[in-house]
Amino acid sequence: MTELIKGSLILAGAIFMFLAALGVVRLPDLLTRMHATTKAATLGATLIMLAVALHFGQVAVVARAFGVILFIMMTAPVAAHVIGRAGYFVGSRLWSGTVKDELKPNYDPLTHRLKSHLETEANAARPPRDPEDAP
Amino acid sequence: MSTVILLSLAVMALALCLAFVRLFRGPSLPDRVVALELFSSILVGIIGVIAIATDVPSLLDVAIVMALMAFMAAIGFARFLERGGPRDD
Repeated sequence: MTELIKGSLILAGAIFMFLAALGVVRLPDLLTRMHATTKAATLGATLIMLAVALHFGQVAVVARAFGVILFIMMTAPVAAHVIGRAGYFVGSRLWSGTVKDELKPNYDPLTHRLKSHLETEANAARPPRDPEDAP
Repeated sequence: MSTVILLSLAVMALALCLAFVRLFRGPSLPDRVVALELFSSILVGIIGVIAIATDVPSLLDVAIVMALMAFMAAIGFARFLERGGPRDD
């Protein structure tokens, strides 16, 4: 029984990783590629680590396997967010079939300022930030 | 069990090849960083499967370090891009 669950977890993890790699080759632009890799590859690594925890069954190893799962689940969204943000700043093109880019009318790529359409006179008159601490 | 392990290793090796295609072709640097990130995830999976196949639990430490290094590399590349890497616009 344990063997069966273990084998199916390993196979499912490997197949999810293969799907992630297929997505990263086939999808048209940066954001859709990231959408393929972050979720599917995280799920694949999680399933394989569950199989590792099931295989060894000692407290220390199970704790380490769950540590790996927790670490991957915490860092994958952060890394994806940071790379996607950097990709947008660098100006990587979106797919030609993109329906909506809500950032485009509001974001100024030169000054990195984002408009909210709620600016008042007082807000607009505020002096720009010091260029030293601008990101 | 050994056939399952061999099959999953073969599938993940194929996935590594596909990720390498994107790393080679990727039109811009963020695409390549995404491919590297995928590389590290697949490597964590491969290390886990090898830990099962060889019954060596200390290989899990390798997986932890692999995930940590990939996260650091992603953050570093993103900061490099935001602070004026090669622009593409």
